[in-house]
Amino acid sequence: MKVLVPVKRVLDYNVKPRVKADGSGVDLANVKMSMNPFDEIAVEEAIRLKEKGVASEIIAVSIGEHKCQETLRTALAMGADRAILIQTDDKVEPLGVAKLLAKVVEEESPELVILGKQAIDDDNNQTGQMLAALLGWGQGTFASKVEIADGTASVTREVDGGLETDALKLPAIVTTDLRLNEPRYASLPNIMKAKSKPLAQKTVADYGVDVAPRLTVTNVSEPPKRTAGVKVADVDELVAKLKAMGVAA
Amino acid sequence: MKTLVWVEHDNKDMKDATLATVTAASKLGEVHLLVAGENCGGVAEAAAKIAGVGKVHVADDAAYAHALAENVAPLIVDLMGHHDAFLVPATTTGKNIAPRVAALLDVMQISDILSVEGEDTFTRPIYAGNAIATVKTSDKKLVITVRGTAFEKAAAEGGSAEIENVAAAGDKGLSSFVGQEIAESERPELTSAKIVVSGGRALQNSENFHTIIEPLADKLGAAVGASRAAVDAGYVPNDYQVGQTGKIVAPEVYIAIGISGAIQHLAGMKDSKTIVAINKDEDAPIFQVADLGLVADLYKAVPELTEKL
Ligand SMILES: Cc1cc2nc3c(=O)[nH]c(=O)nc-3n(C[C@H](O)[C@H](O)[C@H](O)COP(=O)(O)OP(=O)(O)OC[C@H]3O[C@@H](n4cnc5c(N)ncnc54)[C@H](O)[C@@H]3O)c2cc1C
Ligand SMILES: Nc1ncnc2c1ncn2[C@@H]1O[C@H](COP(=O)(O)O)[C@@H](O)[C@H]1O
Repeated sequence: MKVLVPVKRVLDYNVKPRVKADGSGVDLANVKMSMNPFDEIAVEEAIRLKEKGVASEIIAVSIGEHKCQETLRTALAMGADRAILIQTDDKVEPLGVAKLLAKVVEEESPELVILGKQAIDDDNNQTGQMLAALLGWGQGTFASKVEIADGTASVTREVDGGLETDALKLPAIVTTDLRLNEPRYASLPNIMKAKSKPLAQKTVADYGVDVAPRLTVTNVSEPPKRTAGVKVADVDELVAKLKAMGVAA
Repeated sequence: MKTLVWVEHDNKDMKDATLATVTAASKLGEVHLLVAGENCGGVAEAAAKIAGVGKVHVADDAAYAHALAENVAPLIVDLMGHHDAFLVPATTTGKNIAPRVAALLDVMQISDILSVEGEDTFTRPIYAGNAIATVKTSDKKLVITVRGTAFEKAAAEGGSAEIENVAAAGDKGLSSFVGQEIAESERPELTSAKIVVSGGRALQNSENFHTIIEPLADKLGAAVGASRAAVDAGYVPNDYQVGQTGKIVAPEVYIAIGISGAIQHLAGMKDSKTIVAINKDEDAPIFQVADLGLVADLYKAVPELTEKL
């Protein structure tokens, strides 16, 4: 079966985001950008399914500016077979991304789409669920374990109370949580090999869907700052301070 | 505006997260509730007592027993025929269901709101809470997830809403519940506890978590949390994780022990009223947000603290 893995290019998780003074957004000029960490986990999971003989082909897809090619090359270097870039310089919201992905699914007929549970820039946590809705498929969100057998995906999900396992009829959507796997690093030979793997270039217009944003961001500001308090000398002083606050009798 | 609020429950008890969501909804207009579950009549009765609620819709059917998104989303879409906004707590259940509803309604969801600025305008955190965006929607219907720590809880008593049964939309046959491992704990729930004691990678193993973190938590009647590193390493289960991609907490007192203070961790706890940090590295970033910091070896300091409190 084919597996589709949507990957987003985001501000690297190690970089401290800086809010622009004019309130227009977060400064992304000259900062390190990387594949969304949850999407690395998604790519890794697809590769493991291929190594087990469950998946036959892995297609990575990204929607965004021309530089998303780099993100796709990373996916190819990890082990994806080919890639699709849907290029646009406009911001596409999760609903628009889901509509584009639904079109790609129509063309490619994968039996499984593995997405990240959340892109760590906008922290939306929506796209996988929306894609599942548009396709009328089952959804296994926040997955920490995925098993495919007999036309069913058994997905263990990280939920607020602990773990929940659901069975989904294939084709289905899975979104990844942190404990699903530990993504591999691409080796140098594989990075070289990835350069010759196919990467199709598309535009939003090729898919004929309306992805005009529904939301307008009118302002982006810094959250209220916390300032460092005091350092206490020893446990006795900490106990005294906590008692003064009424934390313990 | 007429709003529909998802009541979070386990078919037995209503969860506290519902109450903050009711407060957010009441800023938009009239509040109706939806209780979807199986044998959930008791939950509906409890929900009807929430102050300020107009009506409680109850859908009692085996298809809703585990709140599978595939089954509950169509039910909500039906009810949205005569409501203008759907609000859910930003819990794993809410985050699972709401985007499915939004896509079926062809609207863009607004995730994890911190405030209601107007009928169509909200604030929400982005980039792990390092920035706050004000967003205005042009959609006719609203689908919103609500950050529980950002809104006061509505009073659980005082209301007497009418309860109305709604017809079930059936099992869509796309998914089924297989099982769950839900931890039973005597301790308070992490997201609503007044005090939280969290441990990080420095605890080294689950044994140390039991013998060092838990006695302090028990002494204080606190909930226990953890950093991602502690969860990944298997010291504690996944539901302990506090942070950008885990649980958001804002207790009166948050005690971080052997946690460095990565932005992803801070995202989940920096709205706590008082932050206490114990770390042996005086330059650990956690001290930049801590009201009370103790530079010490946790293996010595924490047992002493537990003893002296
Ligand atoms: C996509 C993504 C999502 C993430 N989501 C989250 C999240 O939701 N929550 C989260 O917490 N993290 C999250 N992280 C991980 C985060 O970046 C950090 O790696 C993590 O928080 C570090 O955990 P830690 O502080 O326990 O470990 P470390 O950073 O290793 O810190 C350990 C600390 O313990 C101190 N220490 C060591 N020994 C002792 C001792 N004997 N006594 C006292 N102090 C000691 C050290 O000085 C150090 O400061 C995420 C990361 C990514 C990429
Ligand atoms: N522009 C995009 N291109 C490719 N995949 C995306 C894009 N935006 C979101 N996704 C996928 O959807 C997941 C969830 O994103 P979000 O709903 O924005 O938090 C991500 O982890 C990706 O797998």
